[in-house]
Amino acid sequence: MKMLHVSVWRGGAGGEYRSYEVPRQESQSVLDVVTYIQRNIDPTLSYRFACRVGMCGACAMTVNGVARWTCRTHVAKVVKDDAIQIAPLANFPVVKDLVTDMREFFDKWARARGQFVPCATRRDAFAQVAADSPGRVAANAGIECIGCGVCYASCDVVSWNPDYLGPAALNRAWTLVNDVRDGARRERLAAVAGDAGCHACHTHLSCSERCPKDITPTASIAGLKRAVAVAALKGEL
Amino acid sequence: MKNDYRARNHPAWWAFLVHRLSGLALSLFLPFHFWALGQAFQGEARLDTLLRWTEQPLVKFAETGLVLLLAAHLTGGLRLLVLEFLPWRGWQKTLLAWAAGAALAAGLAFALVL
Repeated sequence: MKMLHVSVWRGGAGGEYRSYEVPRQESQSVLDVVTYIQRNIDPTLSYRFACRVGMCGACAMTVNGVARWTCRTHVAKVVKDDAIQIAPLANFPVVKDLVTDMREFFDKWARARGQFVPCATRRDAFAQVAADSPGRVAANAGIECIGCGVCYASCDVVSWNPDYLGPAALNRAWTLVNDVRDGARRERLAAVAGDAGCHACHTHLSCSERCPKDITPTASIAGLKRAVAVAALKGEL
Repeated sequence: MKNDYRARNHPAWWAFLVHRLSGLALSLFLPFHFWALGQAFQGEARLDTLLRWTEQPLVKFAETGLVLLLAAHLTGGLRLLVLEFLPWRGWQKTLLAWAAGAALAAGLAFALVL
């Protein structure tokens, strides 16, 4: 049987890579490989997954140095010389093995005012948003984010400035800035306008390159930069 | 864990690196450029001596590199402005190819008319 040489990060931030031999199978995903190790070789291996079909965003890891959703990444796509290296996501504190602490990542969504703030009451009629209206189209482009953290892990600016809100939080803010039903546009633009906000983006496009949902957070961040600039010129910030 | 260098291996990151390095190299050249212009203050002969020196093949060849750096920095900057100010989706790599192509064309044009 053909074997796959797998190098997996074990331990916390000061851990090390450990090697495993996993039987190579057809249509094998990287998540299948990790699951095989945990169920057949070392049950102490910690990792995170839920849906296994690319919906939940739980199973993202660093595969051969690149952040990926492992459930939808075929081994055949990433394998080199029958070997793969699997590590926890970069830019996240490591809890253990392949599990990272996502708290700061999601706290930043809150700091970027990622919560929808309704400006109508239950007595108002349903908001009618035309599917082809510019705001709806702009929001649609970023709305499918599953919060996997791949963009955040791929972002150099997050590495350089740990306070940077990051591509996912800013993308979320941009979808809400374009939501005509939302009532907190001014507060949200103020929240993303600081040193650690949209203007910190260096347009490396790593987030857009790596996003498994083909979202382009860089475009969302550029949109925020323009919206913030216009709001500042109008004296709204 | 910090970002792995392998995560940076994609066209837009290379474009960033070219833009940054060309900017740094041009900023290093700038003092020499001003010094060269400043020779005019010392009289026509002084400037002419310097200009004759720049006619040497090796200096001309180096100038091609300079033009390439300038073109790369200019087109890279225009690319960034487009990304920042125009609504775009999905054609960032086409834009990058145009920027790289225009920069190379400028460098090549300068090299050919030597």
